[in-house]
Formats: sequence, structure tokens, C-alpha cells
Amino acid sequence: MNTERKKPVTFKKINATNKMKEIMELHFRELDEAARTKSRKIAWCTSVGPAELLRAAGFLVYFPENHGAMLGSTRMATDLIPLANALGYSPDICSYLTSDIGSYIKGESPISKAYPGISGPPRPDVLVYNTNQCRDVQDWYYFYGREFKVPVIGIETHRGVGDITKAHVDSISAQIEALLPKLEEISGKKLDYEELKRVVGLSRQCTDLWKEVLRIAANIPSPLTFFDGTIQMGPAVVLRGEQRAVDYYRLLLAELEQRVKDGVAAVDNERFRLYWEGMPIWGKLRELSTQFAELNTCVLASTYCSSWVFPALDPDDPFDSMARAYIELLIVRNEAYKERYFDAEIDLYKIDGMIFHDSKTCPNNSNNRYGMPERLSKKYDMPTLVLHGDLNDLRCYSEEQARTNIEAFIEQLAEKKGR
Amino acid sequence: MNQDTIFAGVDVGASATKVALIDAGRRLLASDVRKTGVSFEACARESMDAALAACGVSLHNLAGVYATGYGRHNVSFAQATRTEIACHSRAAHHFFPRQITVVDVGGQDNKIIHVDAQGLRKNFKMNRKCAAGTGAFLEEVAQRIDVPIEQMDSLARQAEHVVHMGSFCTVFTKTEILAHLRAGEKVPEIVAGLIESVVKRILEMDPLSGEVVISGGVVAHNPVLAEMLAGHLRHPVQILPNAQLAGAFGAALFAAENQSGDS
Repeated sequence: MNTERKKPVTFKKINATNKMKEIMELHFRELDEAARTKSRKIAWCTSVGPAELLRAAGFLVYFPENHGAMLGSTRMATDLIPLANALGYSPDICSYLTSDIGSYIKGESPISKAYPGISGPPRPDVLVYNTNQCRDVQDWYYFYGREFKVPVIGIETHRGVGDITKAHVDSISAQIEALLPKLEEISGKKLDYEELKRVVGLSRQCTDLWKEVLRIAANIPSPLTFFDGTIQMGPAVVLRGEQRAVDYYRLLLAELEQRVKDGVAAVDNERFRLYWEGMPIWGKLRELSTQFAELNTCVLASTYCSSWVFPALDPDDPFDSMARAYIELLIVRNEAYKERYFDAEIDLYKIDGMIFHDSKTCPNNSNNRYGMPERLSKKYDMPTLVLHGDLNDLRCYSEEQARTNIEAFIEQLAEKKGR
Repeated sequence: MNQDTIFAGVDVGASATKVALIDAGRRLLASDVRKTGVSFEACARESMDAALAACGVSLHNLAGVYATGYGRHNVSFAQATRTEIACHSRAAHHFFPRQITVVDVGGQDNKIIHVDAQGLRKNFKMNRKCAAGTGAFLEEVAQRIDVPIEQMDSLARQAEHVVHMGSFCTVFTKTEILAHLRAGEKVPEIVAGLIESVVKRILEMDPLSGEVVISGGVVAHNPVLAEMLAGHLRHPVQILPNAQLAGAFGAALFAAENQSGDS
């Protein structure tokens, strides 16, 4: 009798993804080989850290946050987190941190599952953090610093930044430069300034292309979803500053531009356009993307995927421009700036509603906690929804409640639009 | 539309399954409420059969069936589904056709829905994953003090004062009750405090502006909750007629509107 049964959803494959898988595998195999043969020094770096400096200084760079996302998306995280909790790392702190440490303790890694022959993350020679994501990264790296008996150095960011001043830039720039002596000591060679300029230039090209990829979602219908973005951002995070990341995003962008020309929508019969604020729920990407697609709703843009857009990077002024790039980030800005940012995003992507993911263990990346959804909802007469969950700890997520909330939200949007 | 036409709503909730049968004039003809078992489909069928029997009709006599609640997608004999948020707001607007704030206190979750004068939802909120401060909280703590759930309302009304609980967490509250019993507090005062905990949970979810209408099984069995909420808000709180049936009734209204082309 039920005449409303949903049709199975078919996702449109992005062909460029095969190339991405290839270059990501190469990245991990290079790291593994370097760790085994000691042919190159390895630096662990925060995702929005001074990766350009490390590459220019001759290090291969590994990103624990990328590993955290892999632990989440493979759903290994929830079983591993308690191992870190038992060591005194609270279940309330970053679940990238706790799942990553749990992974280390148990000796299980999604890297070895994805790439046979690699035992896990490469042993570091140095750990370099930038607290612009949160303070947790610092404590995360100190754990490994103690375990591997290697130096931990980093940058302490400003937080709650409104207008960025010269003082802000100078202080971060000075901190980046201050990393050099230790890095040069470990690498055994002086920084080649021309190489730094080259790497910063490549990073800028990568980030410009990534921005174009994300902005293509402003088309109606959107050829790209937020869920695609969480996969496609891999090279922007781990290969930023390398030519292959630039090449990849040229390839991806061309494919998406062709989609626009051909009128190909990422979600069939796109009825509603939503914005995702906050962290992905890595272990539920498939379920969420399926539910939204069934509801003919495209979640098409996000704060998260835009976290690797650094328009300030300037190869002619590498230190100051890196400093500026790393404090222009939304995550370190004040509430007034964030609201202005959302104003522009709402306008650009022509969205019908916003979903705020209140990520239990990631307060820095959960922008619902100071009345933002209520303010934006009122300002734009736009429905907003807060989903309670977590980036990696699925114990904080209720599947059924989330599904009902999303379904009710789409009902509300349909009522509003009279469809 | 023929006045003999009958529509049904099935609400498979976390604690109870409800069925409401209505006629074309949107009048309640028959209903059934029973505990939700382990099979949502079987429970929905049994509940539907009981309501149909009370009305003297068969399933094939129905002009439309809509399902709602946690188990809404398991009701194979329903034509369509709507969320419980949609159905509670629809039922509430049927009885209070103006701008209202709907509070549904259910078995596993609380919902607060702002509905405009046309019956459209402006926004809604549900509690977080944890069922603290919902019907499940009262069921659990009632067991701890050996109070049958159906006696909570009358006990709370006997209370000479309210024992204020520091939490609406079931686990913490069970421990806290022990301390209050040791201190000589009586059961009625503790029961009043437990119901007040649910009220406090509702109050922290939303400012509850304007006219407030409350629905759901918890207030159907404990109308004192609405009185306590009104006391905190300092304005009256209306209880929806047949409050426990609100979801099912709203689903039946959607079925009727679909038939008449209203939705």
C-alpha cells in the first residue's frame, strides 16, 4: 500500500577520483619507504600547519589529522578511542587524538588496510604543530614526542581574531621562522629560500584550484556535494605544496566544469540546497549522503572543506604570507567575523537552509554553540538544524534521531517553499 | 468527500504505538494505544486491528493511512510517512489554529516546534541523543522508588513541597534519590521533583515564547507536568486533547488532507 517508497539512490562517480587514489597511495608509500630506509627525514604536521616550510626544508610530511579522518571513515575509531581514554585522554577531547592514539596502542591502522605492505603511520623525526585548529593537536603531538623520543615544536596561534593586524602576522611569522634552527638541525641542511618560494607558490596554486572546485557548487544544480568534497580534499590537505596536487585539481576542475556544461547534477532533481557547518561525521558519510540524495537535497558547501583555502599565500613573501594564511582561517576568528563569513556563503551558494554539526569533541569547529543558528535563521528567515554527533566517536551519534531530524528539516523546507 | 470516509494515522513511538481513526470531518472515531514491542510492523498491525474493530470497519475500508514515529518506515500498510515533528505540529494546529509553540514530551525524546498562524513549522528542536528528561527518565526512576508510573501524577499532587533534583540524568537521579530518602524526604515530594526535572529539561531547550501547547504520552498521564511548566513560564499551558494520540491524529489528518488535496 505504501506508495511513497524511496527509489534506490545511484551516486555519480567522479572519474578523477581514480587519479586521486593513485597519488594518495604514492604519498603513503613514499612515507613508508622513507621511514624504513631512512632515506628522507619525516615530519608530522598539523593539517593547517607549516607544511610548506617543512617540505621546503626537505622533509616528507605526514598528517595525523588525515589519519584521524581515515580512522573515522573506516569506522575503526569508536573501538580505538577507549584505549586512549584508559590512558587518561578524556572522551571529551578531540576524537581524532583519542582514536589516533588508540590506533597506535593497538597497532591497527587504516593505512595498512588500504595499502598492503605498509604497517602504519611512518615514524617521525620531528612533530610540528600549529594550534590554529585547537590546543588538542599540541597534546596529541607531545604524546608521540614522548613515545618516539623526537622533538615537538610548533606555533601557538591567536584565537578569536577580528580584523587581522600587522601584530598578528608578525608574531606568527616570527614563530614560523623560529622553527627553522631545529628543523635545519634535524634535516642537516640549511633552508633553500628559493625552494620555499617554489613550494609556497605550488601551495597557492593548489589552494586556488581547490577554491574553484568548491565554488563550482554555486551552480544550480550543483555538480558537487559536501560529501564529495570530504573525499576530494585529500590532496589539498596532504599534498599541498607539490605539483601533483595542482595537476590533480586541474583534472578534477575540468571534469566538474564539464558537468556544469552538461547540466549534470550531483543529486538528481535537486530540490533543496543546504550548507554544512562543522566537522563531517566521518563514519556516517555514506548514510547521510544517501539520505539527502533520497530527499533530493544537495548538501553542497561547507566551512570544513573550505578550511584548506589560503588566498593569502604569496611566494614572494613566504613567511608573512604563511602567517597571514594561517590566521585568516575561520576557526580562529571571532563570532562577528564568522557571521559575516556565513552571510557571504549563504548569498554565494543560494542555500535554503543550514545544518550545524555540533561535534561533541570538537568545540572549535562547532559554530552552533553561541547562538549562530538562531541569529542566521532570524536574519534570513532560513531554517537551520543542529545535528548532535561527533567527527569520529559514534557513541555520540544517534542514527535514528539524526535521520528523523533531517527528514523533519526537509519537510519544513518543503512547507516553506510550498512544494 | 463522503462523511463516512475514514482515515488512519499510526504512530509507532519508542514506548507506545498509537492508532487514530478519523472521519472526513476530522473527528476522532476510534483509537488504540499499546506498548511498542520488538516488531514495529506486528505492533502497528495489532494496534490498527484493535482500532478498526472498535470502529467496526476493515483496513480496506480506509481511504488513507499515514505512519509516523520512530517505526514509521516499518508500517508497510501505510501509504506514506511523516515525521513525528510534522504530525504533532499538525495535530496541535488543528485544535489551536493560530501561532503556537508545541511541546511534545515523548518516551525517548522531547520536541519543541514553533508553528505559525498558517500551521507551518518555523523551526523545531529535539533533545540530544540522551533521553534524559523525557518519558524514559520518569519510567526508569519510578521503578527505583517502586511507584507505578500511572500513580505519579496523583502522588505529585499530594506533595507539600518539591524536592528539587540536581539533574535530569536517569543514572545520577537514581543516586540522588537515595540521598533524599536517607534525608527523610517522602515519595510524593520526590515524585514532584522528578516531574519538575522533566520541566527543567524542556525549559533549557527553548525560551517557549507565546502560547504553549503540550502533547505526548507523558503529559497525558501526568497533567501535573503542564501545570508545573505553566508555573515556571508564568502563563497557561494548554494540553492537547487526547495528548498521547497527537502523533497518530496528526498522521491521520495528513492522510485526510492528501485525499482532499489540501497538502
